Amino acid sequence: MPVEIHDLTVAYHRKPVLWGIDLVVPKGRLVGIVGPNGAGKSTLIKAMMGLLPLSSGWVKLFGEHSRRNLKRVGYVPQRESVDWDFPVNVMDVVLMGRYGHLGMMRRPTRKDRDIARESLDKVKMLPYANRQISNLSGGQQQRVFLARALAQESDLYFMDEPFSGVDAATEAAIVTLLHELRDRGKTLLVVHHDLPTARNYFDMLLLLNMRVVAFGPTSEVFTQELLQRTYGGRLTILSEVAEAVRTRT
Amino acid sequence: MNASSPACRQNGSCLHPLQWLRASQSAALLAGVLLLLLGAAMPAEAAKIGELTETDVFEQAIRFFSMKDPTARYALSGAVLLGISCGLLGSFIVVRRMALLGDALSHAVLPGVAMGWLWHQTKDPVAIFVGATIFGLLGTFVVSLIKQTTKLKEDAALGMVLAGFYAVGICLVTMIQRLPQGNKAGVDKFLFGQASAMGPDDIKLMAVVTLIAVVVLFLFYKEFLAISFDQAFAHVSGFPTRLLHYSMMLLLAFSVVIALQAVGVVLVSAMLITPAAAAYLLTDRLHRMLWLATLFGMVSGALGAFISFLQTSLPTGPFMVLAASLVFGCAFLFAPRHGVVVRWVRRRSRARRVQRENTLKAIYHVLEDRDFFGEGVSLNELAERRRETVEDASQLATRLVRHGLATLHEDGDLILLTPEGMQRASAIVRNHRLWELYLTNAASIAADHVHEDAEKIEHVLGEETVRKLERRLAFATRDPHGRAIPSTADIQKISKGGSSPEEVTGYGRRP
Repeated sequence: MPVEIHDLTVAYHRKPVLWGIDLVVPKGRLVGIVGPNGAGKSTLIKAMMGLLPLSSGWVKLFGEHSRRNLKRVGYVPQRESVDWDFPVNVMDVVLMGRYGHLGMMRRPTRKDRDIARESLDKVKMLPYANRQISNLSGGQQQRVFLARALAQESDLYFMDEPFSGVDAATEAAIVTLLHELRDRGKTLLVVHHDLPTARNYFDMLLLLNMRVVAFGPTSEVFTQELLQRTYGGRLTILSEVAEAVRTRT
Repeated sequence: MNASSPACRQNGSCLHPLQWLRASQSAALLAGVLLLLLGAAMPAEAAKIGELTETDVFEQAIRFFSMKDPTARYALSGAVLLGISCGLLGSFIVVRRMALLGDALSHAVLPGVAMGWLWHQTKDPVAIFVGATIFGLLGTFVVSLIKQTTKLKEDAALGMVLAGFYAVGICLVTMIQRLPQGNKAGVDKFLFGQASAMGPDDIKLMAVVTLIAVVVLFLFYKEFLAISFDQAFAHVSGFPTRLLHYSMMLLLAFSVVIALQAVGVVLVSAMLITPAAAAYLLTDRLHRMLWLATLFGMVSGALGAFISFLQTSLPTGPFMVLAASLVFGCAFLFAPRHGVVVRWVRRRSRARRVQRENTLKAIYHVLEDRDFFGEGVSLNELAERRRETVEDASQLATRLVRHGLATLHEDGDLILLTPEGMQRASAIVRNHRLWELYLTNAASIAADHVHEDAEKIEHVLGEETVRKLERRLAFATRDPHGRAIPSTADIQKISKGGSSPEEVTGYGRRP
């Protein structure tokens, strides 16, 4: 299984953000992670990659501890997470997708450059390869991040709001790309904040609000009742307890 | 796409020859301006500080830079070494937005310097190096401790640590100076720096440390680039991000500590930040920034050491930092893309071009109104058309003449366009009318709403876009107001020497 999570709890400053998460994602699925603000969507994918310390539980990627199989993971972080005035051009950023395969101390080879160029071509950004990244629009920046993830040639992708701040054309292009990756047997977990489109984009949905409200095929999970439980006020007791945990320990 | 040589494609950090040229040109320009400024400032400066004449300065410069004098040799090589390490590490802390951390770290090392001194009761470079490095790292550790365990943000933590450690250091230094025994001369030099106080042992240590920094940054350039740009992604790529970060902090502490003697605790952070900041303004690629920052660091270091060499009691640090600030000032003003002066010149030349094009357009309109009949356009006609005074029109006409777009006749009263002028005039009118037509036809904007927009767009349309517009509009000959659109084919005819002026009327005399 690409992703197996058992009883995962993650806390920021001792306040639990994710609580007792169990999740098994089968191979070759395009999974949308939806939930209200502060539901822990980004936290979940960061925890899966070992970017955050876990308070309890474990995460296995392809049956092993997540650190061992990080090389099979592609990552698209939130666009705002980097400094776009950083002195690199588009090609430099996409080449970073090859760093995991290269390992320490080795420089990118011609083959890596070819792969980077192909990835750029897939997101229609090849003409911008030599452009400094601050001279890109929001949609173009997102495409560059996608190209970098493609260059990673991974089996499992984590994407944090790849549709935020992009124009309609880019959004459609990204969706096509995600479906294409899924059809090639890749597994994708995508944080998404727009409910109406979530229904059409994803095979499976993970409804998240501090814990898993529901996980299953979109047609089964995208129901009035479950969505209300995700976005409605049913979880107040849980967040009250979380607050108590923070103040008393 | 990538036109660099095959050897270059092998590694990511290679310059396209042309880009190299551009980068090195701007660097050379900067260096030139700097030397000029310095040359101008130097005699006055020298006269003020000691009663040195101009020839003295020149002789001193030869003595200093030929390195025959051992003191000069140590000072110069020390300054160059610290310029290299500070430029390299400074580049990383500038792009990582950690410049303040460099400042805090450099102040935090002072207690370590004093303790290293106390250890041997004399100036032992290694003891001071070890002590200073330990306290520098302790300072950064306290900053991250405060940040992680309290709700205080980094700026407050940095401010406190900077001042707190520095205060401890000052107390210790004062204490050392009051000690009855031991050779305590020179401990105060660590505050403002004294390049001439450096001996062979200091230089050896600096060389070793700089070499370590250069080798580590060269071997792990890719890894440091990755953690600097996107730490989370570097983690996913399997890099030991924490280890890399702490190694960088250690190298940073190293370069601060070796720079201490020459620059002094108070100003050493400027040698980290200023050359790197100047380089950041000049380039858009990290590896080029590293080269430039190193160069600027070396130049500022050498200049500072030289000025302080002119008189024995002068501190080195302030002069190095002044030289670095001068470099930054030049980059700020003259950087090829983002420089203030360059931007101003570019904006002005664009405004001038738009003005010329508008003059040409007005002349074209006058000619068009009388079906291109008659001998050119008089100043009066131009002034009337543009609703300006004759003096203004005369000035505009002179500018056209200066650019070879027109000639003046009959005591400067009659303007005749040259073939090139006529070509440009027709092109601008074509752009204007094509754009108006495009807006009304393709974008369905009312005919009386399009003129203002076209007034701006006419000056920015490129040939390629014009062709596209023409094709899109099926080579229409009339604009929305019913006036003729000069076609690209006609305009090109004007320049061909073969056709006589009469065929393409407007700029020549007609009987």
